[in-house]
Amino acid sequence: MIRDAFGATALALILAGPVAAQEQSIIVQSTTSTANSGLYDHLLPIFEEETGIQVNVVAVGTGQAIKNAENCDGDVLLVHAKPSEQAFVEAGFGTGRTDLMYNDFVIVGPEADPAGVGGMTDAQDALARIAEAGALFASRGDDSGTHKKEMSLWADTGVAPADGSGAWYRETGSGMGATLNAGIGMGAYVMTDRATWISFGNKQDYEIQVEGDEDLFNQYGVIPVNPETCPSVNIEAARTFADWLLSDDGQAAIGAYEVDGQQLFFPNAPES
Amino acid sequence: MQGMGEALSLALQMVWSGDADLLEIVLLSLRVSLSATLVALLIGLPLGALVAISRFRGRNLVLIVMNALMGLPPVVVGLVVYLHFSRSGPLGFLGLLYTPTAMIVAQTILIAPIVAALSRQVLEDLHAEYAEQFRSLGLSKVQSVQALLWDARYSLLTVGLAGFGRAVAEVGAVIIVGGNIDHLTRVMTTAIALETSKGDLSFALALGIILLVIALGVNAAVQSVRMSAARMSYV
Amino acid sequence: MSDVAATSLAPVAAERGAAPIMPLSVRDLHLRFGDSVVLDGLDLELGPAGCTVVMGPNGAGKSLLLKLMHGLIQPTSGRISWDGHPPAAVTARQALVFQKPVLLRRTVAANLDFVLKTRGRDRARLGKLLDHVGLAHKAGQPARRLSGGEAQRLALARALATEPEVLFLDEPTASLDPASVLTIERIVAQARDRGVRVVLVSHDIGQARRMADDVAFLYRGRVTEHAPAAEFFPEPRCPAARDYLNGNVVV
Repeated sequence: MIRDAFGATALALILAGPVAAQEQSIIVQSTTSTANSGLYDHLLPIFEEETGIQVNVVAVGTGQAIKNAENCDGDVLLVHAKPSEQAFVEAGFGTGRTDLMYNDFVIVGPEADPAGVGGMTDAQDALARIAEAGALFASRGDDSGTHKKEMSLWADTGVAPADGSGAWYRETGSGMGATLNAGIGMGAYVMTDRATWISFGNKQDYEIQVEGDEDLFNQYGVIPVNPETCPSVNIEAARTFADWLLSDDGQAAIGAYEVDGQQLFFPNAPES
Repeated sequence: MQGMGEALSLALQMVWSGDADLLEIVLLSLRVSLSATLVALLIGLPLGALVAISRFRGRNLVLIVMNALMGLPPVVVGLVVYLHFSRSGPLGFLGLLYTPTAMIVAQTILIAPIVAALSRQVLEDLHAEYAEQFRSLGLSKVQSVQALLWDARYSLLTVGLAGFGRAVAEVGAVIIVGGNIDHLTRVMTTAIALETSKGDLSFALALGIILLVIALGVNAAVQSVRMSAARMSYV
Repeated sequence: MSDVAATSLAPVAAERGAAPIMPLSVRDLHLRFGDSVVLDGLDLELGPAGCTVVMGPNGAGKSLLLKLMHGLIQPTSGRISWDGHPPAAVTARQALVFQKPVLLRRTVAANLDFVLKTRGRDRARLGKLLDHVGLAHKAGQPARRLSGGEAQRLALARALATEPEVLFLDEPTASLDPASVLTIERIVAQARDRGVRVVLVSHDIGQARRMADDVAFLYRGRVTEHAPAAEFFPEPRCPAARDYLNGNVVV
């Protein structure tokens, strides 16, 4: 008797399912910076009201987001690692990639600035100086867009940070926020996208030490997943979402998003 | 400990104002973890009982495996479930990835071994006491198992609590198969992970305090059942 | 068999239409645990009716003999035959009351009902059975809070609920108060009078005198004497039995 009750309750709980999922919904495989900075909380209500399409965001590192999309576990990909995105499209997983918006990366460090990189505008020089000083540097180490960018910067300096791995070079293998928490906890320099930094709540005595280098440019792209490769994709809704982001309305909405009076993302979709 | 005080007042404030988002997250946490616990009980109890009363070749091996599975890493469970439920996986056609059902499945896999291993121990001890009497009464195996389960019901409640505790506290599995999607699959632990990664540590801690209070509430509810049982001196 | 109430309490095999499982024949029974020899070529024949009391010093293997006859354990060698059936085949047609009753963690009534239900017996007899062992007023109480005598009466009621053809009792009244002892003896005697074959292990010589139709004396792994009570008590032939009855220490 009691077992029947258990069974029935369990079944009811499971079958109840999510609260009446809306008719149209898509999954966006996204980088974390756009989610953690609150951009989606700003954009999605506007889009959902206009179209009635519910957008479910899975925020993971760019590397994992691309992997998930390759497994057909998303309808739209929104990340920031252009070479990987192009490879994704060329392999037939995406219908096409479009520039969406940009911001930039910065290198943050403690007020004491042990490597003396404060105010530098050349990212490579700054990284080389950090390595030379043996000052702590916390890296994502997770194949994310930010990590890929960081690695490409190191490649140009001639320093192999892996040689200092575990010593001055600390790979957290975590998301941007977790890496910032860890880096700040150990007094290390961290390279982060500006949007995450501005909206990050645990800055303590950290400040931006290096910014303004063209190489720190951070381009975001949007890609609807290819329905020919992934038949489960809701391509109509996916296109609607991507098109809206790229439209004048969507671009204006992106540009209007501010945290603490600072604009986080700068729309740069090609003129249609 | 300034952060702790701030978190505590934030937690009280959220609860007091009846924050709708918070309520949604709390209810989903409870729904997912209670469902997983119930399913794990339905699977783990008969399994534990069967092993408890059976003697067969390789039984020790089964015990070692059962006990070892109690330590399954949530991330690994999450990954395995993800690979199955992914659109490109063998169960992708079900469309369950990034749904509460996928989270229930992952947590069930995580805690069913706990229920099986712990209930096996409880029932084996009780069976040592009852076995000869049951055989004298000519009970079948099924009848014996039913009687054991019923007579051990209050100890098995604790087993269920152990499973629930593990389920409601884990983040590694549900964040992979649920995706931490706002208003769809976000639960207490994934929300805490998110707020931590945003650097909003007091908010994360406040959520943690609320999770702790919920766990306390569930345990207190079960304990009161046990206490009433003790008053009736069944134990 | 004129006692209608009693008949409805425990109908015996003959009334249910099955062939009875008596007589019992035990031949050359050996039981060893490693190097220790418990039974060493034991022979015993039990007739179709009555109450047999098994006596003997501590460690003689009396309890183990009951469990062997009931089919709960296997002998090292030898043969036990219930009119041709091996013990394990007729376990369910017998009942054993252990020295320490093992009661379920339920109420008194639920303990009885469990047996009636699982054994497919008439559950309406529950009240009558409780009445029969004087526990009707305790029906709703937790069984494991009963006194020793009450617990043993419940165990006896449970045994009777299975409607056994053979009732084994393993020192059922050891360390019970005199009133409980007499109640239990009365209930067992009634069962015997209805045709239930009773095999009772007892250390209590007074009880043996009150209950026994015949006595089997167990000594050093064998039945050294098996005689009608009227012959055994006045004049035991076995020297060990004589010492035992005289209150001397027998090992």
